[in-house]
Amino acid sequence: MKNLNKSTQKLITTILTIFVLYIVMQVMEQTGNLSSLMSGLLVPVCAYSLVAVGLNLCVGYLGELSLGHAGFMCVGAFTSAFFSKTFQGTIPDVPRFILALVIGTLAAALFGFLIAIPVLRLSGDYLAIVTLAFGEIIKNVINVLYIGMDGNGIHFSMKDMMSLGLEPGGTMLINGPQGITGTPRQSTFTIAVLLLILSLIITHNFVNSRTGRAVKAIRDNQIAAETVGLPITKYKLVAFTISAAIAGVGGVLYAHNINSLTATTNNFGYNMSIMILVYVVLGGIGNFSGSVVAAVVLTLLPELLRGLSNYRMLIYSIVLIALMLFNWAPGILKFREEHGLTGAAIIGKFKKNKEVQ
Amino acid sequence: MGFLTYLINGLSLGSVYAIIALGYTMVYGIAKMLNFAHGDVIMVGAYLVFMCMSNTGSPAIVSIVISIVCCTALGMIIEKIAYKPLRRATNLAVLITAIGVSYFLQNMALLIFGSNPVSFTSVIKWQGIALAGGQLKITGNAIITIITCLIIMFALMWFVKNTKPGQAMRAVSEDKDAAVLMGINVNATISLTFAIGSGLAAIAGALLCSSYPSLTPYTGSMPGIKAFTAAVFGGIGSIPGALIGGLLLGIIEILAKAYISSQLADAIVFAVLIIVLLVKPTGILGKQIKEKV
Repeated sequence: MKNLNKSTQKLITTILTIFVLYIVMQVMEQTGNLSSLMSGLLVPVCAYSLVAVGLNLCVGYLGELSLGHAGFMCVGAFTSAFFSKTFQGTIPDVPRFILALVIGTLAAALFGFLIAIPVLRLSGDYLAIVTLAFGEIIKNVINVLYIGMDGNGIHFSMKDMMSLGLEPGGTMLINGPQGITGTPRQSTFTIAVLLLILSLIITHNFVNSRTGRAVKAIRDNQIAAETVGLPITKYKLVAFTISAAIAGVGGVLYAHNINSLTATTNNFGYNMSIMILVYVVLGGIGNFSGSVVAAVVLTLLPELLRGLSNYRMLIYSIVLIALMLFNWAPGILKFREEHGLTGAAIIGKFKKNKEVQ
Repeated sequence: MGFLTYLINGLSLGSVYAIIALGYTMVYGIAKMLNFAHGDVIMVGAYLVFMCMSNTGSPAIVSIVISIVCCTALGMIIEKIAYKPLRRATNLAVLITAIGVSYFLQNMALLIFGSNPVSFTSVIKWQGIALAGGQLKITGNAIITIITCLIIMFALMWFVKNTKPGQAMRAVSEDKDAAVLMGINVNATISLTFAIGSGLAAIAGALLCSSYPSLTPYTGSMPGIKAFTAAVFGGIGSIPGALIGGLLLGIIEILAKAYISSQLADAIVFAVLIIVLLVKPTGILGKQIKEKV
C-alpha cells in the first residue's frame, strides 16, 4: 500500500469504505433494522452517485460546466427500460439486464458524443446554457413519444396513443407523459454498488492515463495545450462522451429500480442536473470520492429531516448556502486558516495524536 | 388574423421574458454570476402583489409599488448575505449558492402559501381593443405588458448611458479593478444592480401572472430559465440584447405552440437557441472577447 501513489491509495480507501458500508447495509436489511424508506433509497443513492462521478469528470477534469447531465441519465434510463420491456419474456433475465445496461450506456455515450461535437465549440456559461437546453429538449421529446407493440411489430407516433392503431392485445411500450410502466425491477443494491466501484476505477484510471493528462492540460490552459500540439477537440470529445456514458449507467440503474418511469422536471429536468451539480461542487470539484460522499449525505439529509416535515427542504437549502459560504468564501477561509480549522489542519492534529499514542 | 393574434401574444409573453432577462443580464454583466434565484424573486413579487390586492384590497398600482419595494430590498439582502462573501471565489461556488437561495425562496413560499395554486386577479382591468371589425382582439394585458417593457428598456438604457451610477455600472462590468482605482464604489454598484434587477422582477411577476393567472411557489422557475435563455440568446450582458432575445423567444414559443405542437414548444425554443449559439457563439448582440495569451 505504501508503494502506491497517493491517488491510488485514496481510491482503494474509498472502495473499501463503500464495501464496508455495503456490508453494513446488507446486514441491517437482512436483520430488519433498515426502514423501508431507507432501503428504497439504496439504489437511487448509487444511481445519483454514478451521475455525479460522470459529471465530475466533465466539470473537474474537462473544466466545462454541464447543466444537462440529467438528460444523459434520461437517455440511458429510457433506452434501457425500453429494451427491457420489449424483450421481456423473449430473453432470460440476466443476459437481458446486461444487454440493457450496455445499450443504455452506449445510447447515453452516443448522445453525449453527438451533443459534444457542436457544444464544445462554445465555452463557459454559453456551454452551460446549451447543455441545459439539450437536457430540456431530451425530456420534452420523450414526453411526446408513443411507442407500442403488437403482432405486426413496433408502432411509433408523436401524437397520441390512438394514432398508433394498435391491434387489441398489443402493449404500450412508451406512453407519452406516462412514460414506461412495468419495467422489470432488476437493479439490486449489489449490482448498483458494483457498478459504482467500477465507475470509480474507470474514472481514476482515465484521469491518470495519457488521455486524462492531456484533458487536464487542456483544462489548465487550452492555448498552451494547443501550442504543444494536442488535438483539443478529440480529447474534449473523449472526456465528454465518457462522462455522458457514466451518467447513462446511473440512468439504467434508476430506471430498473422503479415501476413507472416518467420524464418530469424533477427527475430528469434541470432540477436533477442542478442537484447533481450540487453534489459535485460540495463533494469537491475533481474529487470522485467526494462526489459519492456528497451524493449519499445530501440524499439522506432530507430523509433524515423528514420528522421536521415541511421545514426539511428549508433547512436543506440553508445548510447548502451555509456549507458553500463555509467552504468557499475567502473571508471565512482566512478565518479558518488563522484558527486552525481547515481540513488539512484537523487531519494533521489527528495524525499527531496517533503518533503520540 | 390568427397569425397576428399569435404574434401579439408572443410579443406580450416575450416582453415579460425581456423584463426578467434584464435582471439576469445586468447581474451577469456586472457581477459575472448566473443568479439562478432571480426566477424565484419573480414568484415572491407576484405573491406580494396578490396578498396586497386580496388581503388589504389596495388598488393594483399600490400593490405593485409595495411589491417592487419589498423585492428590491429582498434582492439587496440576498446579495449581501449569500453572494457578497463569495465575491472572489470561483464562479461555480456562487452558482451553487444561488441555487441554494432559489431552493430557500421556493420552500419559504411553500411554507407560507402552501402548494395549492392561487388564482391571480389581473392587475390590468382594461379589456383591450378590437380591430378589423372585431376580428383582431388585443387584450389590455398584452398592450400594457408590451408598453411597460419598452418603457423599462428605454429608461434603463438611458440610465446606464447618462447617469453617474449608470456609468459606474458600465465601468464595473468592463474592469472591476480599474473601476476601484477610479474611485468607484464597486460593492455599492453591484448592490444597486441587484436592487434594479429584483425590482424589475416584481413588475415581471405581476405582468406574468396577469396573463397566466395560476400562481404556485414554482411559478418563477420555468420563466426564469426561459428568460435566462433569452438573455444568452440576445448576448448576455447587453440590455438591447435582452429585449431582442426576450421578444424572439416569446414569439417563437407562442408560434410553435400554435402551429407545431404545444408539448414540443419548449423543445423548439431551446433548439432555436442552440442553433443561434452555434452560428454566433456569443448571442445576437454579444461581444466577442478575444483571449490573450
